[in-house]
Amino acid sequence: MTRKVCVIGIGHTDFNSITPDMQWKDFMYEACNKAYVDAGVDPRKDVNSFITCAEDYWEGFSIFDEFVPDQIGAVLRPCCTVCGDGIYGLGTAYMQIMTEMFDMVAVEAHSKASDLLTYGDVMLHAFDPIFEKPVSGPVERPNYGGSPSYPAESPKPLIGSSDEEERVHPYFVAGLEMQNYLTKTKTSEEQCAAVVVKNKKNAFWNPYADYELKITIEDVMKSEYLFKPVKKLDISPNVDGAICFVLATEEKAKELGIEPIYLSGFGWNSETPWLGTRGLDADYAKKSAQMAYKMAGITDPKKEINILEIDDRFSFKELQHLEALGFADPGEAGKMVEEGTLDIKGSLPTNMSGGSLGVGNCLEATGLQKSLEIVTQLRGHAAKRQVPNAEVGLAQAWRGIPSGSGAVAIFRRG
Amino acid sequence: MKEVAVIGAGMTLFRRHLKETGKELSYLATKMALEEAGIEKKDIDMVVMGTAPDAFDGTHMKGEYLLDGAAGVGLPYCRVFNGGGTGVFAPIAGWWHVASGVADVCLVVAEEKMGNCYPHPQTAFQHIWDPILDRPLTPNLVWLFAMEMNRYMTVHGIKEEDIAEVAVKNKRNAVGHPCAQLADPNITVEDVMNSEMMAWPVKRLDISPPSDGAAALIFCSKDVVHKYTDDRIFVKGVGWNIDSTMWTNRDLYFPDYVANAAKMAYKKAGITNPPKELSFAEPYDPFDYKECHHMEGLLLCEKGEAPTLAREGVTQRDGDLPICPSGGLLGVGNPIAATMGQKMCEVYWQLAGKAGKRQVPNDPQMGLGQAWGDIMQMATVMILGRGS
Repeated sequence: MTRKVCVIGIGHTDFNSITPDMQWKDFMYEACNKAYVDAGVDPRKDVNSFITCAEDYWEGFSIFDEFVPDQIGAVLRPCCTVCGDGIYGLGTAYMQIMTEMFDMVAVEAHSKASDLLTYGDVMLHAFDPIFEKPVSGPVERPNYGGSPSYPAESPKPLIGSSDEEERVHPYFVAGLEMQNYLTKTKTSEEQCAAVVVKNKKNAFWNPYADYELKITIEDVMKSEYLFKPVKKLDISPNVDGAICFVLATEEKAKELGIEPIYLSGFGWNSETPWLGTRGLDADYAKKSAQMAYKMAGITDPKKEINILEIDDRFSFKELQHLEALGFADPGEAGKMVEEGTLDIKGSLPTNMSGGSLGVGNCLEATGLQKSLEIVTQLRGHAAKRQVPNAEVGLAQAWRGIPSGSGAVAIFRRG
Repeated sequence: MKEVAVIGAGMTLFRRHLKETGKELSYLATKMALEEAGIEKKDIDMVVMGTAPDAFDGTHMKGEYLLDGAAGVGLPYCRVFNGGGTGVFAPIAGWWHVASGVADVCLVVAEEKMGNCYPHPQTAFQHIWDPILDRPLTPNLVWLFAMEMNRYMTVHGIKEEDIAEVAVKNKRNAVGHPCAQLADPNITVEDVMNSEMMAWPVKRLDISPPSDGAAALIFCSKDVVHKYTDDRIFVKGVGWNIDSTMWTNRDLYFPDYVANAAKMAYKKAGITNPPKELSFAEPYDPFDYKECHHMEGLLLCEKGEAPTLAREGVTQRDGDLPICPSGGLLGVGNPIAATMGQKMCEVYWQLAGKAGKRQVPNDPQMGLGQAWGDIMQMATVMILGRGS
């Protein structure tokens, strides 16, 4: 008999814009501990494999994998790092369970974005060093010709924080992409602003969200252009927090007396890393959704999927992703948000948690934050933001600027 | 669960590549593997990238950066990473992509370009330490592994000369490997003993060289293997395990995490007597004592016995238990993740009878590859075997 993979435990910390009182190890411990308690399992005995989703540069380490095992219960157990969004971790756990080698796998992802003093500059390091990085502005280079003029113990940074103001923040890519999206689909800036209003409003009902706001479309429109047409309020601010999922076979869930939420499909896909030759239609979202729909046996997503948590790290991204995932024709998503279709009480509730605009941008944990909301909704535990009778939900995340990679996960109530 | 076969492998020359970018090295290895398997990019369902610290290249999200070189454009592409363990962990990830039934054909690419790191790749390792407990000691890896080597020698009463035998064997084995960086047909134990002292008891020739390179492997499901090849080489077992971050709190003389990973793989492969049932092994040998340490962790011999086996010639290519017939990291080079080339690619080539001058005699049936990573805490093991 083919195995079925389901979520049996979820845990998360509070999400806050700054967390000087907590180390990332504390976050990881808290989220994982809560997930293990939620599932009623002992990580030292019951969990067979552990996965963390992390990128070295976000963490400020070479080989972050070293610092994972102790606080999540993985010492002397199978444990690994996946360099990707949390949904890549969920897919990896799914595959590990399907090999029949493991019955229970934990997936963790976190953000300690407030530790990053030069967030934009770290992001700039993900651009091609020769052709793309210089687009952002002047870059100081060490002397490659002879011996370095600085001591080896404290090399001068290739891109120092001191001249940050002279450079354009890499978010300029979002400005270009949004301009293309607006022009191509005849979507208006006001429609994008409506996404911000909706998501920040939803966040009021989410106890862990950090950026809830009661604002109007006019407020968003009046906020400063940072990367025209991207305005200050179109951008999801960074946030700190950690999330852990425990996945297991259906049999394990029954054994533990847990009502399973099935992970019935996942997918991920990458476009070319070259900004200059990449399409601007979120093809990664389209292809990863196709993979996930196929795995989950979904033929008509509009009819079969009830709730959505979609990457909205920039307001237009929610609309662009809705179209790429097949929930709206090009240019239609903007109308849907205006008409209230995407509200919690609408016919296609989207980003009930508040999304990244309301909760905050939690870097590689974004996909897990999306998945966390879907599972909470399917369990019927979403309190005031609960969507009634939701059976199937979709979580989607993008790996952020400058990547053209993203992932999708589909959850189903038992 | 699907049975998983290996159908092709590729590996670039290992050395400082000033002209090729990491993307290009990935491309070269990928192309070789595709050609060996006789397939094209359109036949690949999913791609796994294995590459170690981003700091070598100064590139954030290095997996994303490398993806077009590794045939990842338009495909599901994912990077896994556990330091030096990545060289065998990337193939393990390739295995679960296929074994789970999610992919029929999965390409695994492992790349490392250490030469970008200026003035020396060791500087990237300045950032692997706990910022509060370790960094004030200004440690580096040679200093750290010197402690482990010392502990290992002290507990078992092993001499430096015995361990030097391993460096001699591997650098001689690498002769004839088309990718080798430090092959030496005439090297002797005296040469190793007389080489520059780095951090006692580690000498220069006890250490494998930093390098640039890439390797690729292609896995496919048993259901479709008949389409590509008549060889039947299957993944028999996989295992991985991590120990505590707090290396100061562990007894370094024996790697428990390697033993755990090995037991996991042996159980899966149904192996009860590893030294008898394995035809050869490729344990991770970035330092010569590590080959011994890992042989013991892999339960291929008693604790403290490995240097004796090296001295007696048991681990030579024509010995009873050939160890690192590829020449290992000591002979071929150590571009961290790309050492998949001397580990899993080599095991595949040996079993397929494609290892040329490095071929282990007597028709090998089952081989093991292992890698080791993070701060002396991560072990990854994969066993391949001939099947029908």
